[in-house]
Amino acid sequence: MNRLALFVPLVLFAGLSLVLLLGLDKDPSELPSALVGEPFPAFNLPALSDESRRLTEQDIKGDVMLINVWATWCFACRIEHPMLNNLSAQGVKIVGLNYKDQRASAQTWLADRGDPYVVNIFDAEGSLGIDLGVYGAPETYLVDAQGIIRHRRVGVVDERVWNAEFSELYERLTGGKQ
Amino acid sequence: MTALAPMTLCLLILSFSPLTFAVAEIVEFSDESLRPRYQQLVEELRCPKCQNQNLADSNSPISQDLRREIQRLLEQQMTDQQIKDYLKTRYSEFILYRPEVNKNTWLLWGSPIAVVLVGLLIVVRHNRRVKPSLTRHVPVDSRDQQRLAAMLRDEENQR
Repeated sequence: MNRLALFVPLVLFAGLSLVLLLGLDKDPSELPSALVGEPFPAFNLPALSDESRRLTEQDIKGDVMLINVWATWCFACRIEHPMLNNLSAQGVKIVGLNYKDQRASAQTWLADRGDPYVVNIFDAEGSLGIDLGVYGAPETYLVDAQGIIRHRRVGVVDERVWNAEFSELYERLTGGKQ
Repeated sequence: MTALAPMTLCLLILSFSPLTFAVAEIVEFSDESLRPRYQQLVEELRCPKCQNQNLADSNSPISQDLRREIQRLLEQQMTDQQIKDYLKTRYSEFILYRPEVNKNTWLLWGSPIAVVLVGLLIVVRHNRRVKPSLTRHVPVDSRDQQRLAAMLRDEENQR
């Protein structure tokens, strides 16, 4: 009994090491998302293309779609854009959330690089951004037909991320049809 | 008199510098009693982008937005707890520098207490075991003394 007790510190040390080892694998910049499983927050904002057109959360219901947070000042969005064009060509519906941007430069961006978006929400003040908990563009949300957020990706969505995090869930939600 | 002016200026700059470090922008409140609460909140809430800074220290755009948001919510007569909950539902618990006690954090909150308790237990048990032998007075008479010496000698010879 006493001899076994001598191993207690070793066991404790091994346990602590294991916990710390598992922690090494985690990306500290990735925040737990508070909104997955929650309905997309209510909003009432103008469209990027047309100042007089108002968009609300009703506009993103009824279909499985991606909500992509982007801005012209966001460098990583430049890298992500071709992938969005790709997805859009494959029939994925993408709604843009133009975040804290200038209307004119955002429109030029879309004219130059192609427009993968069904529609763009123009959030100059970042108010919807705060409701979504956006802390850095680009961010991408997968929203189901009921308007419930099913997945969130902070950072660039590329081929690898799409395959690893989105495609399976997307297929499941759309029932395979695209 | 002329020498005094630069010195006063230096003193003024020195006395104001901590303030300018803390918050970059000037915040206006309709009611000055909101200011200490604002200060407390921006120091206790964490910048989601720049991991190891609070909102007060961070100059990132998201911190500026969140400071503005906190000011707006304070003006709406929300309580501190309501403001924290408001931000928690959006940015997750990560934003709280002082996490709440729940099923994810009980280990974090409880382990220091547990370690202290275990330590106390060890000390108490150790003392109970050691103390009697230390305090008990064992008389050693001359016969015992001789036996002891003989034993020690044998020990020496065997080595």
